[in-house]
Amino acid sequence: MSINGKAYIAGVYEHPTRKAVDKSLAQLHAESALGALADAGLTKDDVDGYFCAGDAPGLGPLSLVDYMGLNLKHMDATETGGSSYVLHVGHAAEAIAMGKCSVALITLAGRPRAEGMATGTAPRNYGSSAPDVAFEFPFGPTVVNMYAMCAQRHMYEYGTTSEQLAWIKVAASHHAQYNEHAMLRNVVTVEEVVNSPMISDPLHRLDCCVISDGGGAIIVTSPEIAKSLKRPLVKVLGAGEAPKHQMGGKIDLTYSGARWSGPLAFEEARVKPSDMKYASIYDSFTITVLMQLEDLGFCEKGEGGKFVSDGNLISGTGKLPFNTDGGGLCNNHPANRGGLTKVIEAVRQLRGEAHPNVQVPNCDLALAHGTGGSLGTRHGSATVIMERE
Amino acid sequence: MTEQKRVFPTPVADPDTEQFWSAARDNKLMIGSCNSCGEKHYYPRGMCPHCGSSNVELVQSSGKGEIYSWSVLRRAEPPFAIAYVTLDEGPTMMTNIIDCDLDNLKIGQRVEVQFSATEEENGAPVPTFKPV
Repeated sequence: MSINGKAYIAGVYEHPTRKAVDKSLAQLHAESALGALADAGLTKDDVDGYFCAGDAPGLGPLSLVDYMGLNLKHMDATETGGSSYVLHVGHAAEAIAMGKCSVALITLAGRPRAEGMATGTAPRNYGSSAPDVAFEFPFGPTVVNMYAMCAQRHMYEYGTTSEQLAWIKVAASHHAQYNEHAMLRNVVTVEEVVNSPMISDPLHRLDCCVISDGGGAIIVTSPEIAKSLKRPLVKVLGAGEAPKHQMGGKIDLTYSGARWSGPLAFEEARVKPSDMKYASIYDSFTITVLMQLEDLGFCEKGEGGKFVSDGNLISGTGKLPFNTDGGGLCNNHPANRGGLTKVIEAVRQLRGEAHPNVQVPNCDLALAHGTGGSLGTRHGSATVIMERE
Repeated sequence: MTEQKRVFPTPVADPDTEQFWSAARDNKLMIGSCNSCGEKHYYPRGMCPHCGSSNVELVQSSGKGEIYSWSVLRRAEPPFAIAYVTLDEGPTMMTNIIDCDLDNLKIGQRVEVQFSATEEENGAPVPTFKPV
């Protein structure tokens, strides 16, 4: 059994806030939900399936279901960090294909800026009952130094350079200049990236994503409901998910779980990487993008540096336009989780609703991919492939 | 840039790992070893992550190995070097490189374990490494 063609993305909404001092976390989730429902032409009473992850306040989905007054037949609070919402699109399509629900709502929201969270440079302790904590937390693993170790090893094995990584940020900044909501709208150069302050060798400040408040929501529906609405039809063709971990100490930092989630999604969608007109690629750091592009099969392992260079990711000039909203590197990274906004921009591209200066002509096939957790320790990868019908 | 002393959080032992931390107090670095498949693993745990057997035990590592990857978090106070070190016995483990020149670390560099005290009085020390 396959989800290919069994579900459609009927509504998306990206919350415009980037600093939400005046809004509660639940409120951001609810405003995002209402935005996506309005985009689809549905109301909250149509929702019978709800998906959320660890950013949702309260016990799993329950507090937000209560806050929004939802009546449901299906719930799923699978938590894989920032990739959760890409994974939820696949899970929602499965639930719809099985007849468990017909209008699935996925929400994300967070306010790390309003809360003054040291997102990238302070160790996160997921609780001492996690079996890895005693063996890692004392050594100060943060988001940035763990991804930095991946970059360091990639450079060692494949000769990848800081200049090549910088091209990823350069491409994102070219796109962000057209996004009125983006936090960083200035176009930057390779030199500016590699001359920005070193945060954790070899990652510079401009190799890192922004820290932003905000949120977003996605509505996934059955084909019947999608076709009854007045929005362009965006069909879910395939989805894949996979965890990657430390393999009992056989650690290899040169690849991500995209090596497994990508082929699962491509197989289900019956398409290949070279068919993609656009790709939303999780961009917590420049190295994240480079490794995932290789693992998804857009280029050979170790060739990512060459692939991203010379503007190859810039819409209009490059072969693979990516993150045309500016992505996490320039636009936003709500709740320090960038998966949901990856799906949103892919849907905009497929609908022809991206900014005219970054819209990919005749964009009929697109991919969204997320990584959640840490590339340097353990993470969940999720890939979704969508088609405009 | 030379490395300043940093304060290490004290690890919390659980029934799965008490023996590991007890050996650490004697400056012994232990790793998991499977009596069914013969593979070593790290971090140590109650089942073999390679074959699934629960017939596992702790064995002492030589404490010698090489840097698999590293990064100096320049924004920390004080800056410090996190690393993965591949032990001569095979497994790769997260650690810090101490007593080193933070501007001169290299992948492949030989290192050996040196336990570092942690912040709580009578807390178990943690296995850090220094260049040989």
